[in-house]
Amino acid sequence: MGHIRVTGLAKAYKQYPNRWSRLLEWLVPFSRARHDLHWVLRDVDFEIQPGEAVGIVGVNGAGKSTLLKMITGTTQPTCGHIHLQGRVAALLELGMGFHPDFTGRQNAVMAGQLLGMQVEEIDALMPQIEGFAEIGEAIDHAVRTYSSGMQMRLAFSVATARRPDILIVDEALSVGDAYFQHKSFERIRSFRRAGTTLLIVSHDRSAIQSICDSAILLENGRLAMRGKPEEVMDYYNAMLAQREGQIVRQEMLANGQVQTISGTGEAGILNVRLLDAQGRSLEVAEVGQPVVLEVQTEIRQDIERLILGFMIKDRLGQAIYGINTHRLDKAVNDLSAGERVTFRFAFDMRLGKGSYSVALSLSRLDSHLDRNFEWRDYGLIFHVINNRQEDFVGCSWLQAQTDITRSSAPLAQLTDTESLP
Amino acid sequence: MLLSLYRSMRSYRGFILGSVKREFQSRYRNSLFGALWTVLNPLSMIVVYTVIFSQIMRARLPGVEDGLAYSVYLCAGLLTWGLFAEITTRSQTMFLENANLLKKLSFPRICLPVITLLNAGINFAIILGLFFGFLLVSGRLPGMALLALIPLLVVQVIFAAGLGMLLGMLNVFFRDVGQMFGICLQFWFWLTPIVYPLSILPPGIQHIISFNPMTVLMTSYQNVFLYNQWPHWPALLPLLIIGLLLCAMALRLFRQRVGEMVDEL
Repeated sequence: MGHIRVTGLAKAYKQYPNRWSRLLEWLVPFSRARHDLHWVLRDVDFEIQPGEAVGIVGVNGAGKSTLLKMITGTTQPTCGHIHLQGRVAALLELGMGFHPDFTGRQNAVMAGQLLGMQVEEIDALMPQIEGFAEIGEAIDHAVRTYSSGMQMRLAFSVATARRPDILIVDEALSVGDAYFQHKSFERIRSFRRAGTTLLIVSHDRSAIQSICDSAILLENGRLAMRGKPEEVMDYYNAMLAQREGQIVRQEMLANGQVQTISGTGEAGILNVRLLDAQGRSLEVAEVGQPVVLEVQTEIRQDIERLILGFMIKDRLGQAIYGINTHRLDKAVNDLSAGERVTFRFAFDMRLGKGSYSVALSLSRLDSHLDRNFEWRDYGLIFHVINNRQEDFVGCSWLQAQTDITRSSAPLAQLTDTESLP
Repeated sequence: MLLSLYRSMRSYRGFILGSVKREFQSRYRNSLFGALWTVLNPLSMIVVYTVIFSQIMRARLPGVEDGLAYSVYLCAGLLTWGLFAEITTRSQTMFLENANLLKKLSFPRICLPVITLLNAGINFAIILGLFFGFLLVSGRLPGMALLALIPLLVVQVIFAAGLGMLLGMLNVFFRDVGQMFGICLQFWFWLTPIVYPLSILPPGIQHIISFNPMTVLMTSYQNVFLYNQWPHWPALLPLLIIGLLLCAMALRLFRQRVGEMVDEL
């Protein structure tokens, strides 16, 4: 259960040159096709094993939503096949089909019926739905009195009342307040632990990297890449920059990770090192140790302005800290070909133990999307160990100063102070 | 194919029945008189026609003397025509009206025509019930020939459902269909002997109007209610055949174009 196989999937919309051509095409027997096909998705093949979590990324119009719609069955493919095993639930359009004049409870029943459930099943699930939505007495009020957040809470609760074999999520979770977002994400995670296959479309790097086993990149309706979430996200970022006709290349590093380098090449990175206070090169740093990140760059063509940015990422590729010389007010101006520029960033290694990578970018402005000279993922990999500081968990050493006060005041005193809660 | 349609309908019976109930409720949810409006609409029409035709224009049915007979004649045609008109007009907009649902949710699309049919059926049942009440009170309840209503209604519903679904599908691709059918329905109504008896027309026009498939149906209803007369069954055969053909065409078009239809909405 929960297996997805997509073979040779393609979707085209018919475009008729004018209103009459469709009529002619229908009525004239054996007539030639009078429409053009507008392909939005082509030759997509992939397979998702039960229990796997896969993220789908791509720019707007790359075909992500069309793909999901075909998998859920709302839209029919023009060619190719989709083979699904198990019950599918889609969080694509939450709150669709809610009728404003009916109460939340009635709407929940209707939404359940739209998912193919019978009334008895929904009645049995109702206490759980109410409990999860946490909208209190509003469940018995008309939905038109609901805020959009409340509607979304109810819709999510109904859609996920039963654990599906395949769950399809299209950025639906960006609605609702932070509390409910956490709660709903936790429910998705628990489904995943219980063996639900997950398919998520998102632009949120951290969402994809924290929950997915692999990612699929769609580009102009074709499957451009399938791989580990970090690799795909790096390639995707590079691809965004590539829109100015830059080159993207990926290299396999010694440790098996894939390094993505892209850019127009007016300036390039020569060497990246992590140094200790004495200037010795480090691969392993202690928690709290003062270090220097040194980046040597080479200018290959005259450029008016150069910004270096770096980002430290954890094992999962989540950003831990990133900054650039533009934000530090240290832009370098009027550089000529042949120059070498060395940047040094000194900081204390206040990170938790683990392995980290450094991504680097050379660009003209704050963002690497405009004039990206070079973008390099895994420019440096280092480890942090903890032998000197207290044994803490997490990715950030906040160096808590501890102060503990104990007192043996009799309880009776509490009643004297009325102001206590 | 019919079997798979039936299966998907069966698994979504909760949705179908729920939608029918919801539509019925939502129509009357915020109105004070509720279901009364379902009755008042045709009732007002009947009063208007009765007053104009039987009182003002002194129309008399051949062989019947009292004025109430005309009202019964009118109801027999008008109410059943109402069922036909409701099924066809609602069917032709059902896909367009539910565009959002069709585009965004995955459910067996065949549920929509079924829901439309059931809704029209419920409304008709209410009106028919009241009409029976009226016949009972006025002592004009016909006899056994009332049983003929069942096959007559079956034939009518098959014809209306086939036509409605065909129009509904076409209306998605060619929006002119909806506008045109509205006009056609007006002419069709007046070219069918509902308000007037067929016998008042000149023989030449009578002959032409007898080609109208609804004529034989409406005449059958009128004969049942007014004269307790069984329908002439062979005359209904063409209508049944046309109805079945329309259903087959509609299902074929549905199967071929339902995917394209969602793209078009």
